[in-house]
Amino acid sequence: MKRQMKRITDRAALTIVLIGVTALCGCTEGVLDPKGPIAAAERQILFNSLGIMLAIVIPTILATIGVAVWFRASNKRARYRPDFDYSGRLELLVWAIPAMTVLLVGGVAWIGAHELDPRKPIVSTEKPLNVEVVSLDWKWLFIYPDQGIATVNQLTIPVGTPVNFELTSTGVMNSFFIPQLGSQIYTMAGMVTRVHLQADQPGIYRGLSSQYSGSGFADMRFSVNVVSADNFALWANAARSNGPVLDAPTYAELVKPSSAVAPIIYRAVAPDLFNNIVNCVMQPLVPSQFTCPASQKAEL
Amino acid sequence: MNWLGKLNLSAIPLDQPIIMGATAFMVLFVVFILGWITLKGYWAYLWNEWLTSIDHKRIGVMYVVLALLMLLRGSTDAIMMRAQQALAAGAAQGYLPPEHFDQVFSAHGTIMIFFMAMPFIIGVMNFVVPLQLGVRDMAFPTLNSVALWLTASGILLTNISLAVGEFAHTGWVAYPPLSELQFSPGVGVDYYLWALQISGIGTLMTGINFVTTILKMRAPGMGYMRMPVFCWTALASNLLIVAAFPILTATFAMLLLDRYLGFHFFSVDGGGNPMMYVNLFWSWGHPEVYILVLPAFGIFSEVVSTFSGKPLFGYRSMVAATMAICVLSFVVWLHHFFTMGASANVNGFFGVMTMIIAVPTGVKIFNWLFTMYGGRVRFTVPILWSIGFIVTFVIGGMTGVLLAVPPADFQLHNSLFLVAHFHNVIIGGVVFGLMAGYNYWFPKVFGFRLDEGWGRASFWCWFIGFYLAFIPLYVLGLMGMTRRMQHYDNVAWQPWLWVAAAGAAVILAGIICQIVQLIVSIRERERLRDTTGDPWNGRTLEWSTSSPPPAWNFAVLPHVTARDAFWDTKQHARGKPQPTQKREYRSIEMPNKSPTGFINAFFAVVIGFSMIWHIWWMAGLGVLGALVTVLAFAFRSTEEIEIPAEQLAEFDRTHPVEIAV
Repeated sequence: MKRQMKRITDRAALTIVLIGVTALCGCTEGVLDPKGPIAAAERQILFNSLGIMLAIVIPTILATIGVAVWFRASNKRARYRPDFDYSGRLELLVWAIPAMTVLLVGGVAWIGAHELDPRKPIVSTEKPLNVEVVSLDWKWLFIYPDQGIATVNQLTIPVGTPVNFELTSTGVMNSFFIPQLGSQIYTMAGMVTRVHLQADQPGIYRGLSSQYSGSGFADMRFSVNVVSADNFALWANAARSNGPVLDAPTYAELVKPSSAVAPIIYRAVAPDLFNNIVNCVMQPLVPSQFTCPASQKAEL
Repeated sequence: MNWLGKLNLSAIPLDQPIIMGATAFMVLFVVFILGWITLKGYWAYLWNEWLTSIDHKRIGVMYVVLALLMLLRGSTDAIMMRAQQALAAGAAQGYLPPEHFDQVFSAHGTIMIFFMAMPFIIGVMNFVVPLQLGVRDMAFPTLNSVALWLTASGILLTNISLAVGEFAHTGWVAYPPLSELQFSPGVGVDYYLWALQISGIGTLMTGINFVTTILKMRAPGMGYMRMPVFCWTALASNLLIVAAFPILTATFAMLLLDRYLGFHFFSVDGGGNPMMYVNLFWSWGHPEVYILVLPAFGIFSEVVSTFSGKPLFGYRSMVAATMAICVLSFVVWLHHFFTMGASANVNGFFGVMTMIIAVPTGVKIFNWLFTMYGGRVRFTVPILWSIGFIVTFVIGGMTGVLLAVPPADFQLHNSLFLVAHFHNVIIGGVVFGLMAGYNYWFPKVFGFRLDEGWGRASFWCWFIGFYLAFIPLYVLGLMGMTRRMQHYDNVAWQPWLWVAAAGAAVILAGIICQIVQLIVSIRERERLRDTTGDPWNGRTLEWSTSSPPPAWNFAVLPHVTARDAFWDTKQHARGKPQPTQKREYRSIEMPNKSPTGFINAFFAVVIGFSMIWHIWWMAGLGVLGALVTVLAFAFRSTEEIEIPAEQLAEFDRTHPVEIAV
């Protein structure tokens, strides 16, 4: 009976906490308001792990307060057992409870790490969209290699389509993060990281850098416009028809540190720009100075 | 050639009213203290009894004084950050420009970890460990003093950076490439690196000293399984220092080579790899967390057991758990960067290893619970901190395990959820533990207790303030707010940041209560006087000597026959006539005081400062000075002073507190 009561109270407490947390943040664009399969799966893992642990944490907190208050020195009804300092059974229990919990959450972690590996492509009937992401001081450059266009601080993607991101940085490390779509990933100079995300609802979402990268860091954010597949095609066509070209001189200008940059759309991109950025680590403060092999330098 | 290197008058930011105001306050404070000492004629006393002292108790007190001062500095930074973020929503930019805000959060982290938590923990260990072991000093008393003053050198350099030049803009972890010369050309990162190199060497010395002391210098009869749990946690913590701090020193040395001599360890070009730094930094950084929290666990064990009037439940389990944490802490570092793009197997492995640490930690929580079970819990200030700790720490531990789940971390990494988590375990674990220890051992240190009323007020302010300040950060993390933002455009975050700022103010009220508690207690010390040496009905050997203990701690070394040695003695002595005058006193030798540590630290500051500003000739002089100081110490003629048996007997007659052990 007592145990049943406890289970009910535990469940009730769990529900209240979950409802509370969701109510507090659910409506405000955070990671608890997912708009894609990755973010939704990650929220589920968050809740599962939290639930498993609350089942042991809440009783522990209550028991601590209960024991301390009941065994207060002024309580004459509490039995004083000054030599109670060992019990084999209790020892077994105190090791077993956290071990069992960790077994459960550890399973969630191991399976989750594999299921939601950022490098794992999203299975879909839709043909994925490729986007190359470059973090610069302090703005984001998005290159659409298949469309031949590029944008700054604004990412437009079609709804319901997996997006394969390849990411790098021109210098300082950043972290590419769209909270409502899921996993973040570091951008590092001279290296390429990968993340696969998908949006299931049209809308405008926030994207930002979550790795501090210097004085313009706070403005290093971008908007993610999720539009229908038709509208995406229209947008890409429109983008191709006018606007500046991202060639070597324009890039040299873009790479100079600047912050709070308004979105830019480039109608064309120098071929293989992304790979050149990865291979030719450049000095952002001296944009003309490349330290890459001459052949690649010529290409850019 | 410029004789002052990069240093000139423009290094002092005269155009920054906030910085100059803080500098003026700091200078006035120092001038006031120095003037007061001069006026009262305390210089000789200060030099002879404190600055050159190699008594572990005095050194411990000085560490804690440093830590408390740095707590004030670090808290000021915290208040500034919370105020900035409470204001800078939407189009507003707040009152701190990015260059200043970035230094504030970098300094806050560096100071709180290296110059508040570390000296506080080391100070408490310094005071308590030799007394608990029933010995008269540390294994290497002069080394202890050198270590203290090297820590003080690092603190001084960090605080000089406020007035002369700048501090790092890089965050307290100083990740390259941001911390490389290319992206941080100023002296800020150099201040960070040299301050931490110098104090880090001091910390390593402390680690060696404690490991040797605990392994080799216990009172007769004190086997490992009779050692107080605090000593066990101190041993584990110092083993971690010895194993982990060299990693930090080597990593910083490589970054220094990059910055000073154009090496390419962590640069983005020339074959360097910044990610190596991140790995190495956290190979030190995660054990560091346990360096801090294990002794705090030890304090809780002592406090809970003493105030429950019971031995610690599951002593062997506690020891096993401590040592398990000690070992496991070295195989979890990768959880600080699951988002770097490692494979699923790597992320999964480190996630699971991280969770496994939660098992011994959970065991400790339950053992404290069962220690109280069947006890007579006296609700004193230290036990309030301990219960506050258990409640707070299990929440922090839970969010920690959440962050150890890689997919959850992909969303919460670098968010305010993470900030809330580590403050939850560091404030809820380390700071609460230190406050418990501060209230618990204060009467032993100074011979009078701290005022209970103000102590309670302080606890409740800290406890409530902590939840007010950090629960909103958990929420903000879930709302997608990342850390270290000087301003933000999402105004929905702002109300939560107002609450957090209010929470920080309540914590500040807690700190003020502590200052008042100290002043009130000093003024009313006669009322609070501890004449017995055992104000709490304690269990371990430090309570068997007078409060404060004499320089030699124990006139006759205690013979230990059981765990909780002093409790055991008291049980046996009950009802028997006390054999007070039958002790045989023999004269003892105590190590002589030495100015080596203080002078050496002076040269360390000279070296650090001149390296930061590229004043090469002065750095050379500093190295020479330090070398001569150490040589002078090596060739000293008098090593020890003898304390005659009559003096020992006389002290015991006037302080009749010891039950013959």
